[in-house]
Amino acid sequence: MTDEGAPTANAGYDEWIDALAAGDGHALVCPEGHGSLPPRRVCPECGAADLAGEPLPETGTVETYTVVHVPSPRFADDAPYVTAVVRFGPVRLTGIVRGIDPAGDEDGVEVGATVEADVGERETDGGRIVAFRPVEP
Amino acid sequence: MTEVRVAGVGLTRFGSHPERTGRDLFAEAADSAFADAGVDRTDVEELNYGNFMGALAEHQGHQAPLMAEAAGVRCPATRYESACASAGVAVREAVRTVRSGEADVVLAGGMERMTNLDTEGATEGLAIAADDLFEVRAGVTFPGAYALMARAYFEAHGGSREDLAHVAAKNHANALPNEYAQFRSEVSVEEALDSPPVAEPLHLYDACPITDGASALVFVSAEYAAENGLDAPVSVTGTGQGTDRMALADRADLAATPAAAAAATAAYDDAGVGSGDVDLAEVHDCFTIAEVLAIESLGLAEPGEGISAARDGRTTADGDVPVNLSGGLKAKGHPVGATGGSQIAELTRLLRGDHPNSEHVPDAEVAVAHNAGGTVASAVVHVLEVAE
Ligand SMILES: [Zn+2]
Repeated sequence: MTDEGAPTANAGYDEWIDALAAGDGHALVCPEGHGSLPPRRVCPECGAADLAGEPLPETGTVETYTVVHVPSPRFADDAPYVTAVVRFGPVRLTGIVRGIDPAGDEDGVEVGATVEADVGERETDGGRIVAFRPVEP
Repeated sequence: MTEVRVAGVGLTRFGSHPERTGRDLFAEAADSAFADAGVDRTDVEELNYGNFMGALAEHQGHQAPLMAEAAGVRCPATRYESACASAGVAVREAVRTVRSGEADVVLAGGMERMTNLDTEGATEGLAIAADDLFEVRAGVTFPGAYALMARAYFEAHGGSREDLAHVAAKNHANALPNEYAQFRSEVSVEEALDSPPVAEPLHLYDACPITDGASALVFVSAEYAAENGLDAPVSVTGTGQGTDRMALADRADLAATPAAAAAATAAYDDAGVGSGDVDLAEVHDCFTIAEVLAIESLGLAEPGEGISAARDGRTTADGDVPVNLSGGLKAKGHPVGATGGSQIAELTRLLRGDHPNSEHVPDAEVAVAHNAGGTVASAVVHVLEVAE
């Protein structure tokens, strides 16, 4: 839950989310093409140690989502909110969909929707989150 | 390989006991198990104890020696933690220990104390079973994770909230006569559909409650049972465990639970049975969709057909293979670290004929227990059979 300028709390993850915020989101990919997210020393699927950083595609596709009404304390002021699992090339990211109205008649997002990934803040405590925004496909 | 018998089972009533200590809950379950078994507690050679969030709920780590004291046993004692499958893995290691000949008598089970936390605290506690960096920080709650799976299932196979409501109604109906169940009240499909949303598409009556409770089981070798003249007709004939990627997003298929399928295959092979031999099952229905995924992983329904099993009456008390005759996690309750032991206790009673729902399975010989951790990154399956 560190912010830019704060000491590193989770080395590997912190740099990854910094990069995502800077528009340089990336995944680790092994020679077999398995994608994963840092920190990794080996591929979690096959154990290969030869992992290369690969830029994430500009946009991803929503594979599933939920409208969360009962949050954990860190998200108390954020609810209701939409958490989605989105395919970006070799990996899926889990994040919160912003720029929609989750309390509306429609959820504001659907499976198959195209989104881009960025970094946003929790309304509750300002902690950083992976944020998705719908874009025209 | 030594045959393992269930000599005795013990449970607390599942429910809300916010004032009761964890050690008192486990002591009650262990006392009941020893009384049921007719085994002298001084014969216990190991204690395998399951607990998930005691460090959060009771500020109590290192619980195994505490629970050995509570149960009145002095022997090697170890706490097992695999989220909601904690007692399942504790049972599995007990079975392996007796089978190997390392011990003739092992006490296994678990305890969870949860209702002393408020809803937010319990929600936070349960969420630590998910990946903190990549899931919890993205707002994934325990119901939220299963909601993600439910929507993925609907997309892949079809199905509706109404299908899930039939699972809830079935399990509440099964819990009515169960004296250990947290909820002994019927819930109609309409009531389930009309309950408030928790994490859409899941609503309140799709979810198991927050529960305090404990389970305890006395496992013995068949030789010990014979030498001591024990009435222990149920044998654990198969055990299997599976592990998957921790985070849901990293799974190959968001609408299936391959760790449970791997555990089931291993357990069936171990027992020398197939899914077609199963007469009844207790499965890990922490949410209604979880029961659907469980029966598909156990081979009791084809992929995509588990969703309609309750609605079509295939898994109801008078169906082909009754599922969760105890009421399941949904209605019996889910004291996380005790649940895997409770499933074995319920199946043992059902097979022995001394369960209030035994009348629905009078000729049953093969039963299966499915216990899952997190979003089924961990799964344990056991096969129980009537040996005598
Ligand atoms: Zn690989």
